[in-house]
Amino acid sequence: MADGLSSPLSAPPAVETEVMTINIGPHHPATHGVLRLVVDLEGEVVRDLKPVIGYVHTGIEKSCEDKSYWKVIPFVERMDYVSFFFQMEAFCGAVERLVDLEIPPRAKYLRMIFLELNRIHSHLVWLGTTALDLGAISMLWYCFRERERILDLFEMATGQRMHTRYFQVGGVIEDIPVGFEEKLRKFIADMPVRVGQYEALLDRNEVFLQRTKGTGIVPRERLLELGVTGPLLRAAGEPWDMRKTFDYLAYPEMDFKIPVGTVGDNYDRYRVRLAEIVESVRIVEQSLDALPEGPFIADDRKYVLPPRSELPTSMESLIHHFKLVTEGYRVAPGEVYYAIESPRGELGCFVLADGSAKPARVHFRDPSFINLQAFKDMAVDTYVADMIVSLGMLDPILGGVDR
Amino acid sequence: MRDRQLRARDMLRGDLEGEELERYVEEKVVVTRFEEMLNWSRANSMFPLSFGLACCAIEGIPMSAVTARYDIARFGAEAGRASPRQADMIILSGRVSIKMAPVVRRLYDQMLEPKWAISMGACSSSGGMFSNYAVVQGADKFMPIDVHIPGCPPRPEAVLYGFTKLQRKIMGNPDQGWRQRYNAAGTEEWARGGPASTPSPEAVEAYEVARELARA
Repeated sequence: MADGLSSPLSAPPAVETEVMTINIGPHHPATHGVLRLVVDLEGEVVRDLKPVIGYVHTGIEKSCEDKSYWKVIPFVERMDYVSFFFQMEAFCGAVERLVDLEIPPRAKYLRMIFLELNRIHSHLVWLGTTALDLGAISMLWYCFRERERILDLFEMATGQRMHTRYFQVGGVIEDIPVGFEEKLRKFIADMPVRVGQYEALLDRNEVFLQRTKGTGIVPRERLLELGVTGPLLRAAGEPWDMRKTFDYLAYPEMDFKIPVGTVGDNYDRYRVRLAEIVESVRIVEQSLDALPEGPFIADDRKYVLPPRSELPTSMESLIHHFKLVTEGYRVAPGEVYYAIESPRGELGCFVLADGSAKPARVHFRDPSFINLQAFKDMAVDTYVADMIVSLGMLDPILGGVDR
Repeated sequence: MRDRQLRARDMLRGDLEGEELERYVEEKVVVTRFEEMLNWSRANSMFPLSFGLACCAIEGIPMSAVTARYDIARFGAEAGRASPRQADMIILSGRVSIKMAPVVRRLYDQMLEPKWAISMGACSSSGGMFSNYAVVQGADKFMPIDVHIPGCPPRPEAVLYGFTKLQRKIMGNPDQGWRQRYNAAGTEEWARGGPASTPSPEAVEAYEVARELARA
């Protein structure tokens, strides 16, 4: 759309127009949640834009201050509800650093498997809904077909489809069940083929190409100024990925690439995410091959629940269990910031401990929130239709924005 | 098959007579009231509002429940409408914050009668785990809800089950008296200067509370 015949984007319009302010949302199918956009329109061109947020403000960070450390985990999961494993990892990893708890290697690998599956899941939800906004309705069906397979795997290992509460401080709650590996291997064998099929559907679709190529470009320097991370920044050519730049779990042992774009338009954002799915599949495969034997959760009874089988026979275990369940564990005063690469960018968790069994402050640096600031730069002086595409490609999860 | 078609033609022509006709009518014709037929068709051709709030939206009507594996089209509710004026049913999928509550109420008021509401998940049913300053402790505090679906988030199967429960309700007794109870008559716009009909004193009080919530 950028090279239209008589583009009103730059040239002054031939007829007199006036700026009209209209309101999109909070109930609007294209805003991916309850985002409200106050848009100044001149004809069909967006001249100014203000995102109004807070419609799913849930007070999660405040609620976390009221719960013992292990009870905070289900709360943080519900912030960015598409990437729940990442929220858990950010919080559990932060607390593990606070109490200086080393997690066993098997737990690291299991966490990586689930994190990367969650990344695929998140990108599939993104692809399905964004393509839906662009009119490619069948993409939603194909993407959700694969998403259901991932959720089956989650359910098999954790008992829940979403919000699994699988990661614990010290490891994961259960080992993977029999038959999980086989099912997962089938899935990772299929997934790259599926990605190829999505590309075949979208990459030769003239409507899709025209609407994404050359739209929503923000220069790399501007994105860096705004603190934007994740696929948005990588699409603009900056190879910034916490999995490479920051040492956590066993990512340094993994062999994977960081896809980067060149132009930084909406098409690049789409390409980067699809390439990331393939890289995630590679990480899952490698972690599954290298999955070490051994315990799946640390053996420190001060922080980790004793195994259920010990409870009827060991008085000591019963006491530990009782202490952990009723009061929780106390954490010495201190603060920590722990950041990981979520599907949307750098997801950081700040935990402040005051010596009690409850955190004094839990704060999340949510990538959706930070990235949303770049939306004005993406959408101003483009058409309304391009604004919708840019919003889809921005992929904000409003639960994460508002918390 | 062919035999049946012939007999149907015979009946329409008036060729079937006596005992034969009686047997045919007993086999083929269902006698019902118009009201019941109307409710039957309402229950089986529902237009849900494509509206999502939080986590449950991904498992519920706007997404998972419409996609191939769960396929709510089997129950006739796949045609999501973006405008509340065209929708019959609203599904509150997720937590309703205090900032969002007036918006939800307004959407509900903009829907045309007859209309139904499902509260999906623990958050919109009771506030769920978020018993804090930001979340409305149950959406039935500010609007009538027909069916509550438990879960956090409920599985798509649970959504389908809740929806079939709603269908039964519609086919049986569509409103079960809540319209009188809440004085929810008509399709008036609540947000602009109050309802068109004269509400009861209780309803006026409830509107006042809702307005204060909107201001807060």
